[in-house]
Amino acid sequence: MSTMVISQFSIPFLMGNSLNAWSDALAGFYLFGLPLGLVIIAAIPLVFIALYSLTYGVYGERKISAFMQDRLGPMEVGKWGILQTIADILKLLQKEDIVPASADKFLFVVGPGILFVGSFLAFAVLPFSPAFIGASLNVGLFFAIGIVAIEVVGILAAGWGSNNKWSLYGAVRSVAQIVSYEIPAAIALLCGAMMAGTLDMQKINILQSGSYGFAHFFLFHSPIAWLPFLIYFIASLAEVNRAPFDIPEAESELVAGYFTEYSGMKFAVIFLAEYGSMFMVSAIISIVFLGGWNSPLPNIGSVALNDWTNGPVWGAFWIITKGFFFIFVQMWLRWTLPRLRVDQLMYLCWKVLTPFAFISFVLTAVWEIYRP
Amino acid sequence: MSITTYTVIFYLFAAITVCSAAFVVFTRNVIYSAFSLLFTFFGVAALYVFLSADFIAVTQVVVYVGGILVLLLFGVMFTNSIMQTGQKSEVLHIFSGMLLLIGMIGALLYTFYTTHSWMPSETTLQGSIVERIGFETMSRYVLPFEMVSILLLAALIGAAFLARFDKSGK
Repeated sequence: MSTMVISQFSIPFLMGNSLNAWSDALAGFYLFGLPLGLVIIAAIPLVFIALYSLTYGVYGERKISAFMQDRLGPMEVGKWGILQTIADILKLLQKEDIVPASADKFLFVVGPGILFVGSFLAFAVLPFSPAFIGASLNVGLFFAIGIVAIEVVGILAAGWGSNNKWSLYGAVRSVAQIVSYEIPAAIALLCGAMMAGTLDMQKINILQSGSYGFAHFFLFHSPIAWLPFLIYFIASLAEVNRAPFDIPEAESELVAGYFTEYSGMKFAVIFLAEYGSMFMVSAIISIVFLGGWNSPLPNIGSVALNDWTNGPVWGAFWIITKGFFFIFVQMWLRWTLPRLRVDQLMYLCWKVLTPFAFISFVLTAVWEIYRP
Repeated sequence: MSITTYTVIFYLFAAITVCSAAFVVFTRNVIYSAFSLLFTFFGVAALYVFLSADFIAVTQVVVYVGGILVLLLFGVMFTNSIMQTGQKSEVLHIFSGMLLLIGMIGALLYTFYTTHSWMPSETTLQGSIVERIGFETMSRYVLPFEMVSILLLAALIGAAFLARFDKSGK
């Protein structure tokens, strides 16, 4: 695993093209003695979350759901309703900031903040490109799994602070769901970590690069790699409270779950957190099983498609494309499958996903030791 | 990162840890102290990062925030009328309490002033810490590791047994 992945076919930035070059250059950037580069590194994923949830998240989801239900979706504001999201944001900004009279003021205000920080922190270890990663930790994957715990506390703060039985029920359901589904998700990701032999996100990506493109991805690494892939995908749906696991916000039972009482910008922050964690789990599954920033195109003889489509800028393109693909699947499932009941949810987690996760864990270990 | 940035960030996290820990102790509302523990645990995790113990830092977040704090919050929330009752105990041992406090602070300050300098490790860290931890757990410390595993398994089985739904027919 040398630095062979960095090909010359990328825009020659001033900072260079080697591994983590952009983020290292930014980390060393000082203005008037202040570490401005560090702030910029943190701001890049933040801006990315905001832009992507505005365009693909809100507008895309409305359009995709509309087409799946044979409707048109938003059509009034701008051509094809393109400006609809901007109008929504303007509306949210102007709304009165309501804090219910009987709510716990402090927890009500602080809840969405903790929630967003929890979903945003994992972006620190996501390699957005061969040349850019927020923090190149040697425990990156472990960090990404573990930091979700902070989100749980935010949900509880929001649910309890609202002083509303729907909110509290939604929060408790959500926390029970996230805590239980962390187990199959973590074991499934451990299978990926075993195939890589490291927890470093950049190294996991580098190990999956090669001239045959997609054939080097961990999904095709062993005969049972599809099982942890599938388990992690299902468990990640539950971790981000998406349908068919959206029982924390089941409209027909709980109004809107833990964010029933929220309006205006606080509601927008909760939504940003949801879209942030949607991209986070999609990026993690594409990093661990689908090569992250590696191009899936193979070299065919002299047509070196893989070499042409690799590099820092292409890497950013590929990982965002892969992430968006999984978000599309999440939306697709949302409008296809009915919602599970609470007992079905727990049955699926403890009696189906967890045993199969253990089976795939043992089989992956056997494969790694006795690989032909 | 320059030394100044390092120092500023260190003191920021140290302040977060100490202030939130003080809040945990001094607030009258149990819910607030439980939520304030989040910042304490988070700050301690950040301090572990400054000791270049990344693995322990993440484990701290996983175990304490993801496990213990959530359990604590559930416990506090499902306790009836936790907001109304006063938490002050009627038993007060002012004299022995003060003695213990002064003794502990004295001992800590004594150690601090007698051992002047930091003692750096002789072997420097190289490569991934996770691998080293894995090798050590599976070789030198395999017996304690397995014993702890069996203890946890026993606790898990015991908890499942206690929480089991009693069949009324028997």
